[in-house]
Amino acid sequence: MKKKKPVANPRPGFVLEVDRQTPPILFHHGEGFRLEKLPVGRSRVVYPGEPLRGIADPDGAIRDALLNPIDDDPLPSLLKPGMKLTIAFDDISLPLPPMQRPDVRQRIIEAVLDMAAEAGVDDVHLIAALCLHRRMTDTELRHAVGDRVFEAFHPHGLLYNHDAEDPDGMVILGHTEKGETVQMSRRAAESDLVVYVNINLVSMDGGWKSTATGLAGYEGVRAHHNVHTLRHSRSFMDQENSELHRSNWRQGDVIKAHGPRIFQIESTLNTNTFGHDGPMAVLQKREWEWSIADRAAFTAMAAGLDRMPSSARRKVFHSWKAPYDVTSVQAGDVEAVHKRTTEMVYAQHLVPVQGQTDVLTMGLPYLTPYNVNSIMNPILVMVQGLGYFFNLYRGKPLVREGGVLIMSHPTPWEFHPVHHPSYIDFFEQVLADTTDPVEIEQRYEKQFAEDEWYRHLYRTSHAYHGVHPFYMWYWGSHAMQYLAQVIVVGGNERAVRRLGFKPATTLADALEMATDIVGPKPTITHYHNPPILMADVTG
Amino acid sequence: MIATELAGKRIAITGATGFLGTALVERLLRGAPECRLVLLVRAGKRSSPAQRARREIFRNNAFDRLIAELGKDEFWAAVEERVTVIAGDVSTDGLGLDDEGRAALADCDIVIHSAATVSFDAPLDSAVEVNLLGPTRIVETLHDLQVTPHFVAVSTCYVAGNRRGPAPEQLLSDSPFHIDVDWRNEVRAARRTRADFDADSRSADRLEEFRRRARHELGAAGTPLLAAKTEQLRQRWVGDQLVEAGRARAASLGWPDAYAYTKALGERALDESRGDVPVSIVRPSIIESAWSEPVPGWIKGFRMAEPIIISYARGLLKEFPGVPEGVIDIIPVDLVVAAIIGVAARGPAGDGSITISQVASGTRNPLHYRRLVDLVSSWFTDNPLYDRKGQPIAVPEWSFPGRGAVERQLDRVQKNLDRADRALKLLPLRGKQALINAEVEDRRDEVARAVGYVKIYGAYAECEALYGIDNLLDLHQSLTESDRADFGCDPAVVDWDTYVCDVHLPSVVEHARVKTTGEQSDPDARARRLRKRVLAPERQLAAFDLENTIIASNVVFSYAWLATRNLGPADRMRFTLKTLSEAPGLLALDRRDRTDFLRHFYRRYDGASVAEMERLGPELLADHILTKAFPAALRRVREHRRLGHRTVLITGALDLVVDPLGPLFDDVICAEMSQRDGRYTGELLAVPPTGEVRAQALRDYAEANDIDLAESVAYADSSSDLPLLDAVGFPVAVNPETRLASMATKRGWLIEYWSKADGSSDKILPLGPLPALRRSRK
Repeated sequence: MKKKKPVANPRPGFVLEVDRQTPPILFHHGEGFRLEKLPVGRSRVVYPGEPLRGIADPDGAIRDALLNPIDDDPLPSLLKPGMKLTIAFDDISLPLPPMQRPDVRQRIIEAVLDMAAEAGVDDVHLIAALCLHRRMTDTELRHAVGDRVFEAFHPHGLLYNHDAEDPDGMVILGHTEKGETVQMSRRAAESDLVVYVNINLVSMDGGWKSTATGLAGYEGVRAHHNVHTLRHSRSFMDQENSELHRSNWRQGDVIKAHGPRIFQIESTLNTNTFGHDGPMAVLQKREWEWSIADRAAFTAMAAGLDRMPSSARRKVFHSWKAPYDVTSVQAGDVEAVHKRTTEMVYAQHLVPVQGQTDVLTMGLPYLTPYNVNSIMNPILVMVQGLGYFFNLYRGKPLVREGGVLIMSHPTPWEFHPVHHPSYIDFFEQVLADTTDPVEIEQRYEKQFAEDEWYRHLYRTSHAYHGVHPFYMWYWGSHAMQYLAQVIVVGGNERAVRRLGFKPATTLADALEMATDIVGPKPTITHYHNPPILMADVTG
Repeated sequence: MIATELAGKRIAITGATGFLGTALVERLLRGAPECRLVLLVRAGKRSSPAQRARREIFRNNAFDRLIAELGKDEFWAAVEERVTVIAGDVSTDGLGLDDEGRAALADCDIVIHSAATVSFDAPLDSAVEVNLLGPTRIVETLHDLQVTPHFVAVSTCYVAGNRRGPAPEQLLSDSPFHIDVDWRNEVRAARRTRADFDADSRSADRLEEFRRRARHELGAAGTPLLAAKTEQLRQRWVGDQLVEAGRARAASLGWPDAYAYTKALGERALDESRGDVPVSIVRPSIIESAWSEPVPGWIKGFRMAEPIIISYARGLLKEFPGVPEGVIDIIPVDLVVAAIIGVAARGPAGDGSITISQVASGTRNPLHYRRLVDLVSSWFTDNPLYDRKGQPIAVPEWSFPGRGAVERQLDRVQKNLDRADRALKLLPLRGKQALINAEVEDRRDEVARAVGYVKIYGAYAECEALYGIDNLLDLHQSLTESDRADFGCDPAVVDWDTYVCDVHLPSVVEHARVKTTGEQSDPDARARRLRKRVLAPERQLAAFDLENTIIASNVVFSYAWLATRNLGPADRMRFTLKTLSEAPGLLALDRRDRTDFLRHFYRRYDGASVAEMERLGPELLADHILTKAFPAALRRVREHRRLGHRTVLITGALDLVVDPLGPLFDDVICAEMSQRDGRYTGELLAVPPTGEVRAQALRDYAEANDIDLAESVAYADSSSDLPLLDAVGFPVAVNPETRLASMATKRGWLIEYWSKADGSSDKILPLGPLPALRRSRK
């Protein structure tokens, strides 16, 4: 791997008050960008911290973590000849964007397999723990686990995608005290040891969610993937206040009691999304620090993108692999490991913010967890803004209750026919009828979840499960309830209206529209993400 | 009193389903409450005379007034009691009466004959059979029955022919301008003309031409449909020739058209054959909507002047021949009805001669052509029609050109539209674009009609005869005061300004169902209504075509994907070039015969490994089929399934290509290839389900599964799918190509426009992914 020159002392994230000197601010806008002037005197911009320094020897750190786990026995002591070992790993939704080779999963899996080989373990399965996500393609699997592992396991059918709809492949481990079903892949459940290989991009990932959700199916995740749970997760990124988190942890108790032994390996990455140098590096810099070269590079890039057809633009962006550095690896007991992981994630992401705002603005980039190598359809635009970015807060949301969210994204009426067939129907049929999450859940979820054709496509092709678009909608339900209005700048008007949002051509128009709700001269906060930041809002 | 005169009388009426006949029946029922009616009605194609009478006569809004006066039950009771419907047909000798009919007719005191082929462009022979021979057949039947009721024959003023000056109420044989032709010869000649043209239409050249035109219209719809169409075209051609022959023969003898000519000879024949049957003749001029009875403006059917007026108001007919100072002889229908009833009630002339009453306005209350044109154009300026975009249509300035100039102008337009139509049919258009053709076709038909009107009615507009109405006025004078109020027939009563602007034009516009407001109608309303019917729970089966109905792909594309799946880059390029170079030939073959094309094309699978093809199936689905699929189509299939309809995919594509889509459907009917030693042979096991074979396959399937196809739905995209679409009760055209688009529009089928998911890529020839990306998979 080409070593990147690390920043001497990474600066933490901070809040900039916009004044006359503030240059136009970068807004991501799908596969493009906008530079926007924010009103002086009442606007502020929340910037992410600079990428933390990566660990110099990731392989050494991995080995060390496996040999000295937290609250658990060293991995080699758990490996016995003749045992059933299952290595489950996070799927294509992590990290975002996909990281340059070698993927941290590859490093960890190789280390685990080395130890297993030394111990004489020969019954090993590798499962992409994708729950109801789409099956990964061979190329994607190869990228995640590396050539060596892929060549050794895939041809023998030992490296494969989790199939939550395999009638013989799933088991129920039990129920939580709140009646939540705990479901798991049969292979994992019947293993002597499940090693889970995680990449913890945001604070919601990891912990019991890895196994309780990743290796489950519809029966298991419907316990917490519902409007009620998500409306009581404020936010689902904040473990202390997340009903989603608590539900997964209750399911974890059942796994502890009735499931296989879990050896959890979690890793954290820094936010070196666009690199310190190279074509995209400018996106990671603060606007007033852009050099002449940065400006030229940005202008050239923007002009070039403008001239490309959308499919070519998409190709350019989706071929980007982030030069992330690994900042920590910890292994052992799920809960103890996750505590440490969360600290690392917070160290990178948390930015203290004083007080809420009337209007929150955000520029949505081209990527969500659900459209890697795919199309960011309107539902994913919603989930990016109202699901992920809105919920990346601790304490209270950046925007006040009854405030306005303005997000910028082209929101094309486009769908990937292979990856998102149920999304198309959800958008054309369900949203044409209602956008109310509760009504949608009651009236349509079952029909989509049990649709034979979606099931067929999920199992044999590369489609997200029929119920998946519903989860996207629930993901946004807290924000939908909380906000008075959502305005999309520069989006396809029809698609934006179908989502139940208001379209605006320019940011100025959107701000003008927002005054109808929040009154004249509102306070504005711009959430400058990516790279990822999590607002720690107080006061 | 007329009502008293007619009390207890039985009156037979022919042509009661027509405009004049219905008005006559209505007025007799309302105004002469004690007479009884015997209606001679032809059986319809699918309805008995009684059903026709009920539907076409008594359900007409002419009776609204009577129903309001009597109440619904009372009205139907009165109809039941006073009206006898008998099956009869004036174009057959003996009128086609059964014994009951003969008895009913024999009992009648008065026979009013108003049946006629009024369509002015009737083929010569049918005009001769009905108009010329009709009256004679009736009196001969009366002779046969040995009865002598008062026979009132409705003729036309225009029997006087194309001439200027007075045309009094006299028999044609008494006229100095009379040309003596033997009507029997005319009858024989007309029948022979039909035989001649029929023989001509069967010549090899003509048949070849009809076949060519059928193919042009339907495309590769399969032999049975093409044959039916060819025969239809042949018959239509014979009909067209006879129309032309009628017009020519009429013109040669000085009549404006075949109608006037056959009516004139019909009077002559009647005079000769009447024997001791007392005869009166009533000759109306151009009958138009009612002045006051049963209600002002009442009209039935789209009649003579209306199409011209509407064409003018729509801006289609920019000129119409006529002399501005000429008289246009229009007479409201209620005056004609009154005259007929008056004549019937008064009885025949005492001296055994034929009394003739002309019902015309030209001498007593003339409406000049310029006045009419001014009234019409100012009315439409105030009350414009609107085009589809909601814009008012400005009516053109009238310049009173000669007939030739107008015909030439319209001919030019028609030729251009013909060319446009031919050109469009050759283009590979689909979906909404294909509808342009339907529009051109619509417009072409409209112009063709306009040309027809000018040809036919132009002669009338130029006719400057003045029809004497002395007898009519005598009749009017002889009426009692109250009869004059109810049955007055003096044309002076009509105020033309009021009639044109307040009575006739509003009625015509309402009748024509044209857009009279700028409101944009909801363009989807119709589609929604049709869709609801297609998706009604009681439907039993939904059959789907594959290519361009469910996926934007075809057998060539699927083959290209499969064939290149294991090729390197250089071979791919060679493959692409080779396939593209063969494309024109393949396309031509496909247009000619789908089955031959498929057999020819599927040879390419010769030697392909069955196991390999099966292995590629899921990948074909993800990489090729799903990216090309119409999501709305997939949704529709599942919607039918949810509704409990049986869903069937029925396609000429190969099983190995179709298999991945299998789980979407209850059943799949497709082409199957034979195998030998684990390899495909390139030969089909059976005739592939395309064209009429597909329709048969569907019928067999329906029978085996006890499904009623009349309650079933079929989705397809091309005219070669017509047999399939025709086989079900609810056909749906999906992204139709030009021919199917116009057919679907005409037949009122649901048309769906389904597209691929936006964002999927388009390639000239879809190739499988490079093998390099697919290493080490077993």
